Amino acid sequence: MNHWAFVAAAYVLTLAATAGLLFASWRTMRAAERDGR
Amino acid sequence: MTDEVGDGTAIFAYRAIDVPSLHALANPARFLRLARPLTPALLWPGGVLALFGCWAGLTQTPSDYLQGETVRILYIHVPTAWLGMGGWTGIAVSSIVYLVWRHPLARIAARSIALPGALFAFLCLATGSIWGRPTWGTWWQWDGRLTSMLLLFFVYLAYMALARADAEQGGDGRVPAIYGVAGTVLLPIIRYSVVWWNTLHQGQSIGLTSSTIAPSMLWPLWFTLSGFTFVFAGIVLMRMRGALAREKREARMRRMAA
Repeated sequence: MNHWAFVAAAYVLTLAATAGLLFASWRTMRAAERDGR
Repeated sequence: MTDEVGDGTAIFAYRAIDVPSLHALANPARFLRLARPLTPALLWPGGVLALFGCWAGLTQTPSDYLQGETVRILYIHVPTAWLGMGGWTGIAVSSIVYLVWRHPLARIAARSIALPGALFAFLCLATGSIWGRPTWGTWWQWDGRLTSMLLLFFVYLAYMALARADAEQGGDGRVPAIYGVAGTVLLPIIRYSVVWWNTLHQGQSIGLTSSTIAPSMLWPLWFTLSGFTFVFAGIVLMRMRGALAREKREARMRRMAA
């Protein structure tokens, strides 16, 4: 069993999900602050 | 504490607990003045620390004599578990502050923590499952630790649905806040599940003062733990800023319609 495939899957999932939430939160915040002005 | 009334009789008097710094932060304008510079100040160092920790965990530490390379999942699995549980602690503290002092900012904080907390609880389950397949030979086991963490994830989802329904119905936010406090019952269950029950999940190996993991393998974990924590806090601040801006806009539209 290739352990690196499991390691890579765990890292890619965590980093991609964190980056996705970060980007979505930033976009939502920017849009709300722009509309709020 | 005691106070005296006119005839000199001492009576018990209950006064609101004075927490000056908390009350000062509850002012949205003051909070925003702090949150605007704090957001990048948390996100950039957090990103650097987390990425450095991941790189170090993947390349600079030895593999485990039993688990082989899969032990490297530790460096992301532990921070996601910490933040999944820490997120709910944040919701509980914010809910208590909202129930006691009725600060709208505490309500916004609790709701802003919910999605990141749920995501990290899910990532904890997912990375644990990926780690479990080559180590235990199974993706999932209904043991105490895994099941209680799954319950926490469902509790997060229920909180988000409840908070949304409360906002849509024009509720005062008390019901989600009470739920936020009640949900803390899961945290000690998760924490002590490996002690109370004979589980497939390993017992506690990292404490505040000691660890059973060799220092040569452990050190990148402090980078990923602090890095992901800073990123989590930055995400919560961004969500709070967005929620505050939306509430400000809705209040202005209501004033214009009146």
